Amino acid sequence: MLDIAKIRADFPILATEAYPGVPLIYLDNAASSQKPLPVIQAMSDYYQGHHANVHRGIHKLSEDATNLYEGAREKVARFINAPDSSQIVWLRNATEGFNLVAYSWGRANIQAGDEILLTEMEHHANLVPWQILAEEKGAALRFVPFAADGTLDLSNLGDLLTEKTKLFSFTAMSNVFGTINPVKELVEAGHAVGAVVMVDAAQSVPHMPVDVQALDCDFLTFSGHKMCGPTGIGVLYGRRELLEAMPPFMGGGDMIRRVHLTHSSWNDLPWKFEAGTPSIVEAIGLGTAVDYLANLGMDNIHAHEQFITNYALEALSEVTGVTIYGPPASQKGGVAAFTIKGVHPHDIAELVDKDGIAIRAGHHCAMPLHKKLGISATARASFYLHTTTGEVDKLVESLHRVRQIFRL
Amino acid sequence: MLDESFYREQIIDLYESPLNHGELDPHDFSYEEDNPLCGDVIRIDVRLDDEGHVAEAAWSGDGCAISQASASLLTEEIKGKTLAEVKAFPKEELLELIGVPLSMARVKCALLSLKVLKSGAYGIPDKNVMRNQD
Repeated sequence: MLDIAKIRADFPILATEAYPGVPLIYLDNAASSQKPLPVIQAMSDYYQGHHANVHRGIHKLSEDATNLYEGAREKVARFINAPDSSQIVWLRNATEGFNLVAYSWGRANIQAGDEILLTEMEHHANLVPWQILAEEKGAALRFVPFAADGTLDLSNLGDLLTEKTKLFSFTAMSNVFGTINPVKELVEAGHAVGAVVMVDAAQSVPHMPVDVQALDCDFLTFSGHKMCGPTGIGVLYGRRELLEAMPPFMGGGDMIRRVHLTHSSWNDLPWKFEAGTPSIVEAIGLGTAVDYLANLGMDNIHAHEQFITNYALEALSEVTGVTIYGPPASQKGGVAAFTIKGVHPHDIAELVDKDGIAIRAGHHCAMPLHKKLGISATARASFYLHTTTGEVDKLVESLHRVRQIFRL
Repeated sequence: MLDESFYREQIIDLYESPLNHGELDPHDFSYEEDNPLCGDVIRIDVRLDDEGHVAEAAWSGDGCAISQASASLLTEEIKGKTLAEVKAFPKEELLELIGVPLSMARVKCALLSLKVLKSGAYGIPDKNVMRNQD
């Protein structure tokens, strides 16, 4: 069990007020998480005492910076049980992970007539890069549909996955429904037809234990800022043989071994994919975030979020006119997307904000998902390790007042 | 503590009973656009009289209380105005009609109808309608 009061004390922002006299209730964790003191402190310490460029200087400071930066990579590798830290490529965010794979692996491996299999519940980051690639190469996109309860309908997976399928990319956890997808089963199904399988772990790595070797996926990507780390840092994990065979993503300093005027040779993994001065302090911040989460235990964090989600779904369902999207709490992570009949989600978000409650309203970068549901937007409350039942109660109280204002 | 003045009565009144809601056929111009931030969609149809003044204006679409109230107020306000006046309609005037303080994100909701109206008035090719049909 987590000591939630103690955890909350680690997050300075949770003790602040949204408006004078109105304490902040932060329920927008799926969009971006808040930062605990150790992460803020580590980044501040780095700038105050250790900063220099990495991989370049022979001076002491550069060596320190490089050790901290590469040490963070090792922490992240252990966190997701990657076989080796050289398979951890630093990026800006998960979006860049999809773009890197689409640009580098995709352009070298996808040909006209090939198929890329996605699902209907994907975030735009796991749609648009493949749309661009498919159009350029004359490949086709296919989609695993979702059922009315927001789970994947796998009944036709056998027809969708064929020898034409070169890539299968899907989310481990929907950022709208919260659905936790059967990743291992899907990876196996993809591999059975020879497809390369990529996992969007932006919503899973921050909230539950993830073991890339157990999942056996080929690529997996996630963002630091959704897991108590800073913005501007993300991770691509890749299978070694694939990463080694792939051409670089961007050219420049640090990604080269030797540069001639007309040609160059590439650096070893993972630096082959890391052109230019990287996000050094952000990587160090993410390494600290990973220590923080691992120390609390990802199983404990997941259990707490399951408890809160279960509580929230029950409490929300008592609001008149509410529709909650996605499967029951037992099958989902800490996300509750909902609508209230007679009030647009944007108005819901604006009015609960006056009570200090931060939720998101809109399509949550999943327009095709909302289109299939026949709605333009949902309101979404999303939880994390520090969320309390009291905060959920406040949300529900506020929703009752929203209905009153709209004369419902 | 909800600041109920934010959604002052007029906004809720217009949300419940919008003005000029519907489509005009025939019309002299029509335009539709969405606000990708929140998925609000507004379409505005305008019919001009023989002297080129706005005879009728109607709006349709889906959106939050602010964007819908704005469309009601705007279509009401432009009746009798010339096309040139419509093209020059100042955003400050629409915000004043709405009359409630708006955050930056909500200003976009409030001004969507004006953007749609002006795009129609300037005869910009209607790419968005085609895109929304896919």
